[in-house]
Amino acid sequence: MTAYILRRLLYVLPIALGVTVLVFSLVHLAPGDPLNAVVAPDAPKEVVEQLKRDYGFDKPLPVQYFIWLGRTLTGDLGTSVATGRSVTEALRAAVPNTLVLAAGASLLGFTLGCLFGGIAGYYQGTWIDKLSTAIAITGVSIPHYWLGIVLVIVFAVELNTLPAMGMGPGGSSAWAWDIEHMKHLVLPVVTLSVIPMGIVTRTMRAAMAEILSQEFVQTLRAKGLRSYQVLAHVVKNAAPTVLAVLGLQLGYLMGGSILVETVFSWPGTGFLLNDAIFRRDIPLLQGTILVLAMFFVVLNLMVDILQSAIDPRMART
Amino acid sequence: MLPIARRRARARGLTGALLSAALAITAPGAVHAQGTLRLGMTAADIPVSFGQPDNGFEGFRYMGLMVYDALVNWDLTAVDRPSGLVPGLAESWAPNPDDATKWTFKLRQGVKFHDGSEFNADAVLFNFDKLFKQDAPQYSARQASLVNFRIPAVKSWRKVDDHTVEFTLHAADSFFPYQICYIVMASPAAWEQTGKDWNEFAKTPSGTGPWRLTKLVPRERAEFEPFKEHWDKTRVPKLDKVITFPIPDPNARTNALLSGQVDWIEAPAPDAIPRIKQQGFDIVSNQYPHVWPYHLSFIEGSIWNDERVRKAANLAIDRDGIVQLLGGYAVPAKGHVSPGDAWWGNPSFDIKYDPEAAKKLMAEAGYGPSKPAKTKILISASGSGQMLPLAMNEYIQQNLKEVGIEVEFEVMEWQSLLDRWRAGSKSPDSAGGHAINVSYTTQDPYSSFTRFLRSDLHAPNGVNWGYYSNPEMDEMLKNASLAKTDAERDEWLGKVHTKEVNEALFIWVVHDVAPRAMSKKVKGFAQARNWFQSLTPVYMEQ
Repeated sequence: MTAYILRRLLYVLPIALGVTVLVFSLVHLAPGDPLNAVVAPDAPKEVVEQLKRDYGFDKPLPVQYFIWLGRTLTGDLGTSVATGRSVTEALRAAVPNTLVLAAGASLLGFTLGCLFGGIAGYYQGTWIDKLSTAIAITGVSIPHYWLGIVLVIVFAVELNTLPAMGMGPGGSSAWAWDIEHMKHLVLPVVTLSVIPMGIVTRTMRAAMAEILSQEFVQTLRAKGLRSYQVLAHVVKNAAPTVLAVLGLQLGYLMGGSILVETVFSWPGTGFLLNDAIFRRDIPLLQGTILVLAMFFVVLNLMVDILQSAIDPRMART
Repeated sequence: MLPIARRRARARGLTGALLSAALAITAPGAVHAQGTLRLGMTAADIPVSFGQPDNGFEGFRYMGLMVYDALVNWDLTAVDRPSGLVPGLAESWAPNPDDATKWTFKLRQGVKFHDGSEFNADAVLFNFDKLFKQDAPQYSARQASLVNFRIPAVKSWRKVDDHTVEFTLHAADSFFPYQICYIVMASPAAWEQTGKDWNEFAKTPSGTGPWRLTKLVPRERAEFEPFKEHWDKTRVPKLDKVITFPIPDPNARTNALLSGQVDWIEAPAPDAIPRIKQQGFDIVSNQYPHVWPYHLSFIEGSIWNDERVRKAANLAIDRDGIVQLLGGYAVPAKGHVSPGDAWWGNPSFDIKYDPEAAKKLMAEAGYGPSKPAKTKILISASGSGQMLPLAMNEYIQQNLKEVGIEVEFEVMEWQSLLDRWRAGSKSPDSAGGHAINVSYTTQDPYSSFTRFLRSDLHAPNGVNWGYYSNPEMDEMLKNASLAKTDAERDEWLGKVHTKEVNEALFIWVVHDVAPRAMSKKVKGFAQARNWFQSLTPVYMEQ
């Protein structure tokens, strides 16, 4: 087990390096000058050239990559071309805000997903199964951008019971676990949890159904185990598959949703990314994508370790 | 699962509790009564605060001209005519009688920056060196990139005495006051105090403007409080505080207003305006120097080289239909500027909806139903000042088809469109497009005319995208810039506009009226015919 964990940890290094190459290449492959979005269309050429030198865009791409990589390794993700502010500082402010949202959405989405999926899988073919499946399909199919707008219209505009935007009263940026801040959390969390809820429901149902059809379940029943005891065995066997999906979904949620965060003006990584894309702010864009990609790498590592803890056969592969 | 009845009861309970809480925070005596205005901007971030703002004219409106003043300001009190220029930090300005390439600015005395330091000639020199002198310690390429193109005339500057500055221009230029009004004055003393670092300065900026920036949370909000010692007592703000929020999504802005989280939003979505009005909010609008046109290409192979086709296209567009599409919030365009404006001139070609006349012109040009003129136009799906570009372009596509002009659109993201606009119509980037749909400001002579019409300002020197070149037009533009009086300058600009309309050098569609939606508690606002607005007379009704 320890060897497996060490091996997995070692894999992270080339993966992380690959991620940096990919992030840098993709951002720079996009057509257009890196400064076009932040300088006026008729800005004097000499000023634009000076800015290119200031930001290092005048150097060959491989040189730019190694300079960026060197800085990144020291925790400096550069300076935003648009605002002149530190990218690391911007991410330091945005990531916790997205974590609050992701934590709420995962808690809601995963709990409901496991519940609906578990029930549907256990009671296959019954009306409960059909209802749960319908909820899952609705969750996966519904555009959450649209859902967010509808929820805002109903609860913020019509009923005036929940706020339409921001993460605190008066646009407050500092998160606090009080009722006022929680009210700001409700609509974005519900909106963001719908898709993972649907996906987890379907995964859980499929895993449960497959395991329930296996012979060892019949053996358990033949040995006289009660339903909840059988269920416990089934859930444990379904857990690795569901965990892998949970990890991926958590990664998506950590990345924030550009659309949901924009609809609710939630100052997280999605909102940051939206701003970076529209302004083609390359340092901010590559810094944000890198951090989000590293979330995936770390989450996958954690899921792999957890899976192997639940099912030791995993560590042997 | 809970039984449905119980879930409904719980939902009602939760709704009731949350409703009570919401009522508690919106009750009288809370935010509104303290004279705080909460304003939703269209920008995705708070405009940069270190002096010259980003985010286009919205950045000037809600950061640059709130915190800072320029030597020459816009008169934002006039609502019935386009804004003129008024003294700002300079009390007077004039070209030297014996040499029109030199302008003397007499500075206002006794003006203080927010940090208490004095505004004087040294401060003016400091701010111009910041933008133009690359070896100056305070030089900021970022700020230079945002504004230097607006002041092409200036060559050098010197201090005459503590309250007089002389500027030398590359050539005599009557447009100079219109150019210098974009250069805002930041405090040299505050820059020293913040470690000579503009990014640090931006956290606690110091200008001479009527508002002090008291809090800035990137991407979330900026808070402004009145600068009670402002030199112009008529511009001391009435409000206790203004908070601006970046809310780029139009639906999110509308919902924030309707749910009472902000008191004012910029640019509500046109289809949301009836609902906003129905719920008791005010829509304020006024025509301002904006035009929504097609910028035409005059390179070989463009159908727009034929004046008859250009005129036919101008006559083919049902502008009243477009205005209706925009919910009534636009004005049909009859040229770059409007009749009655100082630069209107006296054009004889009347731009109106006359499809029969358009068909006749097309026939004269050799086109007809069996031989339509075909062209490609570059357009964006959204963008600043672009209004509803897709719906409007599709409407116009149909109009043009009816008179024998078949249009193919190349739709792209706003920034890509600007890249192509910068590259010029000859560039392969423009993908064979012979017209481009970019909305413009017509606030000053250079932005309105020179940059599109002067023959040397094509790519990469400027945004004469269509490579228009006409010696007579060049001469008129030169005469306008050499004019010795405002009246003479306006007369020449009128001639430029007359020629522009008579030869249908653009296809003009509408002028925006900049609708803003606000709570009925917002009082005192008069929307100037300008891209910039003043929040100083605004107050919140108790």
